[in-house]
Parts: sequence; C-alpha cells; structure tokens
Amino acid sequence: MSETVADVSALIVQTLLANPKVPRDINGSSKIVEDLAFDSLAVMNFVMEIEDSLDVSVPLDRLADIRTIDDLAACIVSLKQAS
Amino acid sequence: MSIFSKYDGLAQSLAAVTADGGRNPFAVVIDRPLSSTVGLIEGRETLLFGTNNYLGLSQSEAAIEAAIAAARTHGVGTTGSRIANGTQGLHRQLEERIAAYFQRRHCMVFSTGYQANLGMISALAGKDDYLLLDADSHASIYDGSRLGHAQVIRFRHNDPEDLRKRLRRLEGTPGAKLIVVEGIYSMMGDVVPMAEFAAVKREAGAWLLADEAHSFGVMGAHGRGVAEADGVEGDVDFVVGTFSKSLGTVGGYCVSDHDGLDLIRLCSRPYMFTASLPPEIIAATMAALDEMGRRPELRHTLMDNARRLYAGLNAAGLRTGPQASPVVSVILDEVDQAVRFWNRLLDLGVYVNLSLPPATPDQHPLLRTSVMATHTPAQIDRAVDIFATVAREFDLMRPAAATA
Ligand SMILES: Cc1ncc(COP(=O)(O)O)c(C=O)c1O
Repeated sequence: MSETVADVSALIVQTLLANPKVPRDINGSSKIVEDLAFDSLAVMNFVMEIEDSLDVSVPLDRLADIRTIDDLAACIVSLKQAS
Repeated sequence: MSIFSKYDGLAQSLAAVTADGGRNPFAVVIDRPLSSTVGLIEGRETLLFGTNNYLGLSQSEAAIEAAIAAARTHGVGTTGSRIANGTQGLHRQLEERIAAYFQRRHCMVFSTGYQANLGMISALAGKDDYLLLDADSHASIYDGSRLGHAQVIRFRHNDPEDLRKRLRRLEGTPGAKLIVVEGIYSMMGDVVPMAEFAAVKREAGAWLLADEAHSFGVMGAHGRGVAEADGVEGDVDFVVGTFSKSLGTVGGYCVSDHDGLDLIRLCSRPYMFTASLPPEIIAATMAALDEMGRRPELRHTLMDNARRLYAGLNAAGLRTGPQASPVVSVILDEVDQAVRFWNRLLDLGVYVNLSLPPATPDQHPLLRTSVMATHTPAQIDRAVDIFATVAREFDLMRPAAATA
C-alpha cells in the first residue's frame, strides 16, 4: 500500500472522467476549479469520492492550497505517509 | 481592473435570473407583516410560507408588550460588548432562563445564531483538534470552522457510518474531536438521526455539538429539540441555537453542562468583539420563551400543519424532501424553471424562499417553504392549490402522482 503521486493522480483522473460533464482532455496538470469549472461544493464532493477510494481524509483547510490534480495527489500521498 | 471584476460571473447569473422582467428573488421587500402569516408585498396581501417563524411568535402580544416595557426602563441598546459594558442584568437573566429551559448548567448568549456557531466552533476546536462536519452544514458552521484553526473533515450528510469511518482514520491522533450536526436541516427539512450519532460519539470518545436552530421549540416533548426527542441529551455536549426562528426575535445561544463554557467567554471572538443584544430583544425573547413553554399545543399544531402541507404538495405531484417537517422543500431540476415558478407563486399570492445551488444539497434548486403553527388549514390548502396551479402551467406533474 504505497501509492505514488502518479498512481493517485491517474486514479483521480479516472474518477473525474466517470462524470460526463468533465472535459475529456484532463490530465495531472489540469486546474480543478478553472479547467473543470467546479464550484466550491463540487470540489468538496469530488474529494469525498476520492477519500473513499483511497481510505484517507483530506482536511478542508488543505484544499485551499490545491490548484491542480497533481497537487491533490501529492497532498493525499503525504497524508497517507503521515498516518 | 475593477475590484468587483471577480464577481462578473455572479453578475451574469443575477442578470439571467432577472431576465424577462423577473424579480430579484434575493431582494424581496415585505412592506410590512399584517399578521404572522400574511404580509404586504408589492401592495398585495401575500401568504407567508417562508419565514422560519415556526410558532408565529414574532407577533406575540406578550413579547411585544415586554419589549416596550424594557425599552422604557432600559433604553434601546447596550452600546458595548459582553466582556465590557454590554452585560446587563437582563443578559444574565436570559442566560439563566435558557439554561433552565434546557435543564443545563450553563448558557452563553450571542448577538445572532450565526455568531453562536462561529463563536462556539472556532473557540472549542483549536489548532491540534479535529472538527467533523456534516457535509450539508449551514454556512455559519463552515464559517466557524474557517475562523478557527482545527483540521476540518467533512462526512456524508446524515450518515453516522461514514462518520465512524472517518473517526477510525483519526484513531491514535492526539487532539479533541468535535462532531457538528444540525437538528433539522434548513434546506430539505430532514431530521438528524441523533441517537445514532450519539452512539458513534460515545464509541470514539469524541465531543458532540448540535445546532438545533430549526428544531428548538419544534421537536421534543418540551421543545428542546431532536436530542430531547431521541432521548440522548446527555450525549450532546453543546447545543447551539437561535432565537430568530421559533422565538421570533433575534440572537443565539449555546447551552452545556461543561463548566469550561465560561472560559469560552474569554476566547470567542464573535462573542467578545460585537455589541450585545439590546434590552427590548432580551425582554421579548424571555416572554416568547414563556409562551413557548406554556403553549405546547403550538408544537402539535405546527406538526399537523407540516404534515398537511407535505401531503398536499406531494398529492399535487411535486417532488419534496424525504420527510414531513416544518421545512418542506419542493425540489426542481433547472434553475431557470425554479426562478419562473417562484415568480408565479408570488404573482398568485404565496411567498416562499428560492434556494439555488451551491447553497442547496445535490445541486438542485429548491422552493423552500416553512410552516407555522399559526397557519390555518385553509391557508395551507390555498398555498397547495396555488402550487398545483403553477405546476400544471409548467407541466411539472409527476406521472405517478398525477394519476394517483
Ligand atoms: C442551521 C442554522 N444555524 C444557524 C443559523 C443562523 O441563525 P441566525 O439567522 O439567527 O443568525 C441558521 C439560520 O440562518 C440556520 O439555518
């Protein structure tokens, strides 16, 4: 159980693509708010799905610093290593 | 670049809402109330079905008289904060009365319910602590979590099992865990499974804060909220609430049996750095509290009325929240349709709240109604008829219900 940032990033992209409203050309460097047109609630709801797949809780205050999918992946990996 | 340019999107959304001559739903003026259930809007008598005035006590004769008397003896304001010159005998008296009503040892009164949440949540959960918030929490709860320094974790709405999972992930971490739930959720009117949350809290050794804003005076044999109704008041460490709904005035409170509550008076910024409630509001609030205690029939009528409205709207083929409670919301799919529906209701003489995403759960626009003990059955039937008329105009009848 030691996912890399690339693994987690791929899983996030895959989860996002399950939503038909998300643009098809996203990747790790896509910006969550700007490129996906997510509002604050949509971001929190989608993070909750990722939390369930990876069995981790991402504190809301950490979301403030997250811009891209790779940022979120790096944050999750560091949270998992800390626990 | 204008300082307002970041709100260009908002300006466009508002323009879309008011296109075709629609009203701005967030700028409705009630010229004045004629009673608790009827207000003058655009010069017309309009049925009020969106005021949170559950027991009708904003128009209580006893509260009005008490306010007048207090203004004569005390003046109209305190001109200071609770920790400076803003605590008068009346503030202490109100705190004792609220504590006694809840059968708790301590009470702190705040200037609004919003500030009660901000002040309690930000001060209780410190830097090394964890806040666990229901996903559908009111803005005041989210804002309180941002004012403080705790780590904030969100669990799925009304889902004790999901909370249990998230608490398990925190096992072994130092720091207090404070769980925050509401009694009745303000958007959809659904009730918290408080006993189940209390069980999770006990297992995890966590603390539990319940915002009974919409359930105080409404649920429980004595109106002490969902915790009373579920028989788990002993597990709820802190009850927060407001005077601005069932008591018909303004102000907020927190009650608790923990002696530490008194320390919060010295570290809660929304308590310390704002002027205290004015005397006439305190006097009116105490009179309304008396009336609420003296007239339990108000609660029974309220629930009868809630069931009547809920059943009527469902029978009219409209989709509502999951259960009959004093908040009954009609769920629609498109914002544009919700805006037009809301305008038609007001044209035909019914005022309800229009609630739009992202303030609503699941991205659905809502026509949010709140029921009162003082609504007559005839007023409720009239409101349902008007809803049904508009639903027919919009061709919104659900097939299953329409043929039933
Ligand atoms: C759940 C909840 N908590 C707190 C508040 C804040 O109360 P007040 O409007 O009295 O400041 C409200 C209502 O606005 C609410 O719905």
